[in-house]
Amino acid sequence: MNMMEIKNFSFTYAKASKPSLKNINLPIKKNQITALIGPSGCGKSTLLRSLNRIHDLYPGNKYEGEILLYNPQTNEYENILELKKENEFINLRQRVGMIFQKPTPFPMSIFDNVAYGLRLNGIKNKSELETRVEEALKGAALWNEVKDRLKASAMGLSGGQQQRLCIARAVALKPEILLFDEPTSALDPISTGAIEQLVAELKKDVTIAIVTHNMQQASRLSDYTAFMYMGELIEYNKTEKIFLNPDEKLTEDYITGRFG
Amino acid sequence: MNRLIVNKIIIALSVFSALFGIGVLFWILGTLTIKGIVSINWHIFTHDLVEKGIRNLIIGQFIMGILASFIAIPVGVAAGIYLREYNTNKFGEILRNLSDVMMSAPSIVVGIFVYGLLVDPIGHYNGFAGAIALAIMMLPIVISTTDSMLSLVPKELREAGIALGGSKHKIILQIVLRAAKVGITTGILLAFARIIGETAPLLFTSANNQYLTFDLTHQFPSLTVSIYNLANYPDEASINLAWAASFILTIVVLIINLLGRYITRNKG
Amino acid sequence: MSGKLFKNFSFFSATISLILLIAIFTTLYYYASDAINTFGFWDFITGTQWEAGEDDEGGIFGGAIPIVGSLLTTAIAMIIALPLALGIAIFLTEIAHEKLIKPVSIAIELLAAIPSIIYGMWGLFYLAPLVQKYFGGAGIGLFSAGVVLAIMIIPFIASITKDAMNTTPNVLKESAYAMGATKFEVIKDVVIPYAKTGIIGSIILALGRALGETMAVAFLLGSVMKFPKNLFDTTTSIPVILANTFSEAEDLELSALFYLALILFALSFIIISLAKFYFLRNKEER
Repeated sequence: MNMMEIKNFSFTYAKASKPSLKNINLPIKKNQITALIGPSGCGKSTLLRSLNRIHDLYPGNKYEGEILLYNPQTNEYENILELKKENEFINLRQRVGMIFQKPTPFPMSIFDNVAYGLRLNGIKNKSELETRVEEALKGAALWNEVKDRLKASAMGLSGGQQQRLCIARAVALKPEILLFDEPTSALDPISTGAIEQLVAELKKDVTIAIVTHNMQQASRLSDYTAFMYMGELIEYNKTEKIFLNPDEKLTEDYITGRFG
Repeated sequence: MNRLIVNKIIIALSVFSALFGIGVLFWILGTLTIKGIVSINWHIFTHDLVEKGIRNLIIGQFIMGILASFIAIPVGVAAGIYLREYNTNKFGEILRNLSDVMMSAPSIVVGIFVYGLLVDPIGHYNGFAGAIALAIMMLPIVISTTDSMLSLVPKELREAGIALGGSKHKIILQIVLRAAKVGITTGILLAFARIIGETAPLLFTSANNQYLTFDLTHQFPSLTVSIYNLANYPDEASINLAWAASFILTIVVLIINLLGRYITRNKG
Repeated sequence: MSGKLFKNFSFFSATISLILLIAIFTTLYYYASDAINTFGFWDFITGTQWEAGEDDEGGIFGGAIPIVGSLLTTAIAMIIALPLALGIAIFLTEIAHEKLIKPVSIAIELLAAIPSIIYGMWGLFYLAPLVQKYFGGAGIGLFSAGVVLAIMIIPFIASITKDAMNTTPNVLKESAYAMGATKFEVIKDVVIPYAKTGIIGSIILALGRALGETMAVAFLLGSVMKFPKNLFDTTTSIPVILANTFSEAEDLELSALFYLALILFALSFIIISLAKFYFLRNKEER
């Protein structure tokens, strides 16, 4: 089943004369990990950032086509490109979480970081907050490392811990989809391993889309892979198929490291 | 949704603040222009204060400003060079911070200090004391600009100079200073615009003079001090003259200011 | 010029701030010593009388009224200026359309460039009559002086606060938006905490400026040696009493005025040093 369906989607940045994404058609399958790969500037991050409409923080960008998001409550798909009101955006971003390249702990305590989204949602009850924070930190495999210093500043954690904190912060909101934008590119190999393991475990609860330029990561982690080049989707398929027997010559060249 | 309303209110308040700032600027400039233009005529530019003109005041204010610049610019630029190029220890860091502190020193206190230093011992107000007081106001601004503009010059430029066998002070004077020239010039222009409009440092140093004079050892004509005095007079003519003087002062200050910004934008 | 000579000249120039600072304290103290010896510290700052003796000989001088006046005008100015300056900084960093940022910033900076005597003129002839019309009283007084002072320090607070807020990394803000935060929540929870030290530094710096500002309030406070009875009443402050009585004062009164100048300088020195050394330090490392 598809959590998201991207249909004939094109995207043009403000002031740009040419579109950065051209006519993309791509499903994001439920409880699966979809990897977006391709050389720098191919548009994979631009596509990812369209899925929670974070682009809209900067005025003047242009969307065309449709991005359909499945709503489990109504059992229907809704086009997120039609959203206009602020509360619709807020709702979308709580359903579609995002983890960035660099860890982005807020300048507050570890507890407050994880509780942040919950509080925005109006949860004020202390014991409920504590339960949900603990749950989220356990889900992000961070609980044992921080349970004794929840009141300490999040800035004091290591890079890998900060990134897992950001995942916990996103997971706490119980999103339907999590978007990862090169989440390990600023981390050392050991932290990277921990994050990858975490992402793999998360997929039983959430649907995941991950942008990476690390091909081993894509092949290790993902169920489906989309290869993008110069703003176009070249090939989308099961990950084994893409890495072992791609249909397109361009995909093969990229996978085998002939360019990129 | 409650959060959204709070958000809208805060944004509205923020926009209001910006509108308020701009509104006040135009209110002040507007009244100044209206009051100033009706009070300006050829007479005031060709006569001195004693004959209800401001010729001597403009000249006097300018002379003191220029003289202050002649003192503050070389010393300030040299100090900025020391802080950025030579300073390596804690003492330099303290000097840098002290210079920043001096930048915010109350101008009236600077005036009173110079009174104690150069007016009281001599026995009467003098234009030279006025220029010194303005120089003290200008100095920290020049130091801080030079310091921060030099910090923008890439290290490679200095290294390239040293690699070519230049001596340190020649590299500073011939390469580094030249690279930072535009920024420092802008800073100096802004500093000049600031001191040319100062009143408090002049009240008890140069005081004022009704006549045109170039004798810096005696009371010296000042545009700003005159505005202060004239605005306190009860008669309409004096107040109008104060408006005319205020208008001209503001125009000059703002033009120098915009000129400074224009230079950076075009060559920086 | 030889290298050594150049280095020595620039070193001497760099020490000039220190020399000036010491010179200012010494000079003010020297002239104030008569008053310091006569009244001491505590009696001077709590004394409410300001009366010259017969033929300007001796007299009783206490600084309580101008000191309280200074604190009150500064407090009123800060209360008015803070929210507006913060609003402008938020507008320029988070709200304004790209095309608006530049002109609005320039307008705010021009506001800071206008000489203080002009604010004084405008306050006296435009603001004071308005205040009189709507609030009664003499027009001039604490409130009018506070408003003009506020307008003078708004651009100052706004520009430093704006710079501090601009250092917040974009990705940090994006990640708050990505959790469904509103603009206000992002500003409140991410931008302001991140820029906290810079903002506090700018507020303290502005406080120091407001305390020493003279010409904008010299016309507007009333220059009367009495405590204000209400927000719209006239009084005096240290800069105002200096500006308006210094040139006619002699002997002990002159010394008392130097004493006030010394107190003002010491106060603003402490406040500004606190801001610079504690809050705005390491500005370049951030």
